[in-house]
Amino acid sequence: MTLLTIERLEARHGLLTAVRGVSFAVDKGETVALVGANGAGKTTLLRAIAGQHPIAGGRVVFKGADVTPRTAHARARMGIALVPEGRRLFASLTVEENLLLARSAGRAGPWTLEAVMEAFPNLKARRRSLAGALSGGEQQATAIGRALMTNPEIILLDEVSLGLSPLVVGRVYEQLGTLKSSGVAIVLVEQDLKRAMTTASRAICMLEGAIAVEGATADLTHEQVTQAYFGLRRAAGHGAPA
Amino acid sequence: MIFLNQIIQGVLLGGYYALIACGLSFMFSVMRIINLAHGSLAILAAYALFELADRFDVSPFLGLVVVVPAMALVGAGLQRAVLERSARGGLLVPVLSTFGLSIVIDNLLFQQFGADTRSLAPYIGDLSYDSWSLTDDIAIGKLAALTMATAIVLLGGIQLFLNRTQFGRMIRATAEDADTVGLVGVNARRVNALAAAIAMATVAISGAFLAMRATFDPYAGALQLIFAFEASVIGGAGSLWGTLFGGIVLGVAQSLGASVSPQGFFIAGHVVFLVALFLRIYFGDFGPRLRRLARRPA
Repeated sequence: MTLLTIERLEARHGLLTAVRGVSFAVDKGETVALVGANGAGKTTLLRAIAGQHPIAGGRVVFKGADVTPRTAHARARMGIALVPEGRRLFASLTVEENLLLARSAGRAGPWTLEAVMEAFPNLKARRRSLAGALSGGEQQATAIGRALMTNPEIILLDEVSLGLSPLVVGRVYEQLGTLKSSGVAIVLVEQDLKRAMTTASRAICMLEGAIAVEGATADLTHEQVTQAYFGLRRAAGHGAPA
Repeated sequence: MIFLNQIIQGVLLGGYYALIACGLSFMFSVMRIINLAHGSLAILAAYALFELADRFDVSPFLGLVVVVPAMALVGAGLQRAVLERSARGGLLVPVLSTFGLSIVIDNLLFQQFGADTRSLAPYIGDLSYDSWSLTDDIAIGKLAALTMATAIVLLGGIQLFLNRTQFGRMIRATAEDADTVGLVGVNARRVNALAAAIAMATVAISGAFLAMRATFDPYAGALQLIFAFEASVIGGAGSLWGTLFGGIVLGVAQSLGASVSPQGFFIAGHVVFLVALFLRIYFGDFGPRLRRLARRPA
C-alpha cells in the first residue's frame, strides 16, 4: 500500500532548480535508497518532503492527503520524520531533552525514551550530557532517536553515516535493520553505494535534480547505478561520445 | 552600621531592578530580541492598573488579574505584528522597530493622560510606607521585601519552567534553531508568540511594582529601560538568575554611591554597568556572541 507519493516535485535554490520534476512512491514499510553525486538534489528533495524547503511545483501526497501546503511541524505530526544532514541537534539541551522534545509531535507509539535508550545503548550513559558535547556517533544516535520519538510512519535519513568511523556506521546500520522490521518506511540517502544497495529493497539514483535510474536493488547492477550516478548512460543514450 | 543599611537597601532595590529586567532578559535569551519598548510597556501596564484603581476602585493586586492576561495578549500580538517580521531582518531591525514602538506608546499615553505624575501608592494602604525595624538604624520596607520576594519567585519560576517542562524545552529549542524544531512537530511561531506573552506578563507585574513604589508619568519608561538593561548586562544577558544578581549589584552600587554623594546614585550604577560591560566584551563570551549576532545578514 502506498504511503508517500511524490508527483513532479520541483524545488529551487534561488535561480538554480535543485529538484526537477521528480516522481516516485514509497510503500508502507518499504526501504528506498536515494543515491547520487553531490549536488544531485537528494538533500533538497528530502527537505522538501519534510516541509523544510519550499516546493516550487508538484505535490507531496502522504497517506492519501496532499500535504504540499502544510508546514513542517504539521507534517511531523502526520508521521513524516527527517534526520537532517548535519544532525541539527539542539546543542544547549541535554540528550534526554532533545529526545523528549519530539513528544511535541503528539504521536504515541512504540518509540518511548526507554525504547530509544534500548536501541542506542551508547546514549544511556550520556542522557544528561549536553547534545553539543557528544561524539559524532552519539550525536547521530540522538538525531535518529529524536526522529523516532515522533513515532513516524516514514523516516527520511540524510547521510546518517557522514563523518562517522566505519565501526560506528556499522552500528547505526544494525539499528536501521531493527527499524525496518518494525514496519516504518525508510528513505535513505547514502554515499556508500554498496551499503545503500544491501540495506534497501529499491534504489533511486538522482542526477542533476532528476531521477536517472530506478529499480529494485536486486535487479539493478552495480554498473547500471554507477553509470547513472555519473550521467554516463544518459550521454550514451543520446549518442554522444563517452 | 550605616554601610550595612546601605547594602541591605541596595539589595532590596536590586530585587526591583531584577523584576523590571526579567522580561527584557527573557526576551533576549529566548527570542534574541532586544526590546527597547520594554520600559514603555511597563508604564502602559502601570496606567492600566491606575485606571482600574482610580475609576473602579480595584486594588492594584486584584487589577493584575486583568492586566497580566491583557499584557500577555499584547505580547502575542506584538510578536506576530512587529517582532516576528522585524527579526527576519537581522538583529538591528527589532531594535529600531521597538524603539519606534516605545515612542508611539509614550506619546499615546501622554495624549491620553497628560503630564501629571501618578502613583499606585495611595491604593495599597500602609504597604507603601510600612516597614519592619531590625535595629534602631535598619528598617526593611514591606513593599521592598515583597518586591524582592516577587522577583525571586518570578525569576526562579521561569527558570524552573524553562528547565523542567515540555513547553520550556520547546522555547529553548526554538531559540536555538527555529527551523529544526518543526521537524519534531513544534510550531515555532506559536512558541514564540507564547514566549512573548510570558515576557509581557512579567512586564505587567514589574509595571505594578514600579507604580506602587514611586511615581510615574508617560515618559518614565526610558529610565526603567536603562535600569533593566544595566541589570541584564551586569548579570549576563539572557541568564535569569544572572539577572537577579545583576539587579542586586546595580542596586548596591547605587545605594552605596548615594551615601557618598546625592549624585553618586546614578554615577555609581552607570560605572558598575560600564565596568561589567567592558569585562564581558574583553574577557567573557558575551563579546564574541554580540559580534556574531551583529554579523547576521541584514
